[in-house]
Amino acid sequence: MSKKAAITLTVNGKSYERSVEVRMTLADFLRDELALTGTHVGCEHGVCGACTILLDGEAVRSCLLLAVQADGRKLMTVEGLARPEELHPLQMAFQERHALQCGFCTPGFLLTAHAFLKENPVPTEAEVRKAISGNICRCTGYLPIIQAILDAAPIIKSVSRE
Amino acid sequence: MKPAPFEYFSPSNLNEALGLLEQYGEEARILAGGQSLMPLMNLRLARPKVVIDINRLSELQYIKNDNNGSLTIGALTRQRMLERSDLVQRGYPLLTATIPLVAHSQIRNRGTIGGSIAHADPAAEIPALCVALEAEFIVRSARGQRVIPSKDFFLGYMATALEPGELLTEIRMPAWDQAYGWAVGEVSRREGDFALVGAIVLLRLEKKDVCKEARIALFGVGAKALRMRRAEDMLCGGNLDERTATEVARLVSEELEPDSDLHASAEYRKEVGGVITRRFFVEALERAKKAKKR
Repeated sequence: MSKKAAITLTVNGKSYERSVEVRMTLADFLRDELALTGTHVGCEHGVCGACTILLDGEAVRSCLLLAVQADGRKLMTVEGLARPEELHPLQMAFQERHALQCGFCTPGFLLTAHAFLKENPVPTEAEVRKAISGNICRCTGYLPIIQAILDAAPIIKSVSRE
Repeated sequence: MKPAPFEYFSPSNLNEALGLLEQYGEEARILAGGQSLMPLMNLRLARPKVVIDINRLSELQYIKNDNNGSLTIGALTRQRMLERSDLVQRGYPLLTATIPLVAHSQIRNRGTIGGSIAHADPAAEIPALCVALEAEFIVRSARGQRVIPSKDFFLGYMATALEPGELLTEIRMPAWDQAYGWAVGEVSRREGDFALVGAIVLLRLEKKDVCKEARIALFGVGAKALRMRRAEDMLCGGNLDERTATEVARLVSEELEPDSDLHASAEYRKEVGGVITRRFFVEALERAKKAKKR
């Protein structure tokens, strides 16, 4: 074991092999090594939620993981949400409801909501509020965000049933 | 690239991990869920020379019932696994109610029960729960194993009885008595943030609502989670009603000697400590009365 390690991982369905410094966070790895800059880095100590990604389907803070810990895992970042020709229902709902202003927090909200709706496809407003409590939006756009997630829920549910 | 450089090991079994801990001693930090250590490393408040990542030790990931009804939990069990566990939901209502108070879902997906206990943040819910339930901890090292009761484990601000070379491997929670009335809650700045003040109340009644046992643990108000012995003693053997609630709140508030910080003043914590104790006492008492009727 040393200060560098070789890792293989899948991000948004694509496989990558890299040699990384073991101290590199997963958030920095995604941005700086894979050029997937959709994952935003805010507080870098697990408070703001901007860097939320999915690790084997579960929402996690990528700033609190080391890249080396993602070896052999399947990741999804905001780049993996939309299809090439159309936005994901959550993204469309965010657009429709104007659930973003500066957009910095948006990738974290989208992935948090995505994982949440998989687990709870028919949420109440109170459950949505709780689900996004670990994500901070400093343009104070919470109400439209909550509305957008509630709007997207039935659309995602009907799509996933097809 | 934020954490300072370190040597990284990712042992694949417990013996290998204990060997590395023995070898590196105080130079090594254990990386479990990383939800406390990684922030410290990112901010360079922690600069371990060696990081021993125990995430591959799946042998430390389990939730089991013992024959005597006690719950044994592997230290690497993620908080989210406890939250979703049928076993926990069916038989351990206080644990079921406490886990969702721990941070946010993204944190609980990674954070482990052992990590929270070994980190020993005075405002954290899981150490307070262990103190209230009088849980025991199994600690292993290359030299052997010992069992530490929670009252001897938490020493002070982020300080525990763990020696260099030792790894917390298992948490044992005593069998849950269905006669317990219980309540848990906290006041925090934002849903999921660390508690400014939190409280756990456990009550057990005999006939005519006489108190057989009372346990009150407060967190976020001292160097570690605290049992309120004066209030507990006052309650035991007495009749419990609304008036007792006021008295218990006063005693707890008096007993607390919290510090001020950025988030809340000492006066605020002292006051709110009493207020929430009263609130959770009333809730626990209602449950204890219902439990007795069953």
